[in-house]
Amino acid sequence: MNVAVCEYGAGNVRSVVAAFERLGVSARATTSPEDIAAADLAVLPGVGSAGSAMDGLRASGLDTALRERVAAGGATLGICLGLQLALDESEEDGGVPGLGILPGRAVRLRTERIPRIGWAEVEPEGEAYYFAHSYAAETPTAVSRTEGIVAAAESGSFLGVQFHPEKSGAAGARFLARCLSRA
Amino acid sequence: MPLPRLIPCLDVAGGRVVKGVRFVGLAEVGDPVELAAAYSDAGADELVFLDIEATLEGRGLLRELVARVADRLAIPFTVGGGVRDVRDAQALLEAGADKISVNSAALARPELVNELAARLGAQAVVVAIDAAAGEVYTRAGTQPTGRDVVAWAREAEQRGAGEILLTSIDTDGTREGYDLNVTRAVADAVSVPVIASGGAGSARHVADALEVAQAALLASIVHENPARLTELRAELRELGVPLRNAA
Repeated sequence: MNVAVCEYGAGNVRSVVAAFERLGVSARATTSPEDIAAADLAVLPGVGSAGSAMDGLRASGLDTALRERVAAGGATLGICLGLQLALDESEEDGGVPGLGILPGRAVRLRTERIPRIGWAEVEPEGEAYYFAHSYAAETPTAVSRTEGIVAAAESGSFLGVQFHPEKSGAAGARFLARCLSRA
Repeated sequence: MPLPRLIPCLDVAGGRVVKGVRFVGLAEVGDPVELAAAYSDAGADELVFLDIEATLEGRGLLRELVARVADRLAIPFTVGGGVRDVRDAQALLEAGADKISVNSAALARPELVNELAARLGAQAVVVAIDAAAGEVYTRAGTQPTGRDVVAWAREAEQRGAGEILLTSIDTDGTREGYDLNVTRAVADAVSVPVIASGGAGSARHVADALEVAQAALLASIVHENPARLTELRAELRELGVPLRNAA
């Protein structure tokens, strides 16, 4: 089992790699489209702004590699901004076209405090995970929610989560283990 | 709203943990990674590492420490102390930190907050404010700035801070309770999350702080004994504070 984590200047890549390694699988950060194509599980992490993140993906050719991988049925996990980038577009940075892997768009949160930072329960599963975001997905492919906000969305071989499993303690480790068992 | 957060704070210097009372009289207490792991196991929601010396020679040690923490722990953590520019902050995030906090450097040059938020995203930028009698202090709480605490918190938010870490110098280390008045004033004035800091002596103090702030920093109340965090969580649950199930 090998995991390839997209390295494109917009993510806490080291923490994602470490989380998989703690589960006993081989994980590495990569800028190479070939690595993304060949991995058992590809991960698109991401923090920061949608505009500069998409620029980073395009510059490395990872955008095309991810689209082709998902089209071919390769298991792919998007984390936080990685979920938002998979959508058709984001309203962040004055409007940014996304990867178009999932239908829908990323919109600014309307919560009492923004950024929305902290642990929150995800329904229907009932586990609490760590969130840190100012935008969220609006998509018909949502499979779980937190306080009404999309927590996870899935289409074909792509699963995107708004929370950070790599920062969500024991619950996050169990989530990543499930991703590996499906890959 | 996400669940209230308990955030143990580890003061580090030269790669080791130290603790302070009223910002003076430092005594070394142990290895940061071991202590951090113990806090994580005890149910800490996040951690804060503050480099209290922030010497040039110590920066390499700090990045090394951040990398070791990121490899070992699966909870978010903030690193502060001595962050002067975007490059420094970026290096800490690349080493595995989730957020950086800035204090004196942001007071000296407020544009730093804008630059950090633009490059790292607001969610990674914590502005730490040391307050006494409503006034902002700089240089580890030693120098008054003449700035009003609420006004500075608002400005920090407008410049892109994603959280405000508010420490009351008056109550810090006293274990007599958080300064709820200044915490409430800041929490009412901004719409980013506020972390209350300084003065926790009992579960009741922490519960009271979590009524007005979104998170509570824990220093001397847990430093001597990370297992105290486990007890504290149970006591807070009995007081009706909804904490996450960390199992």
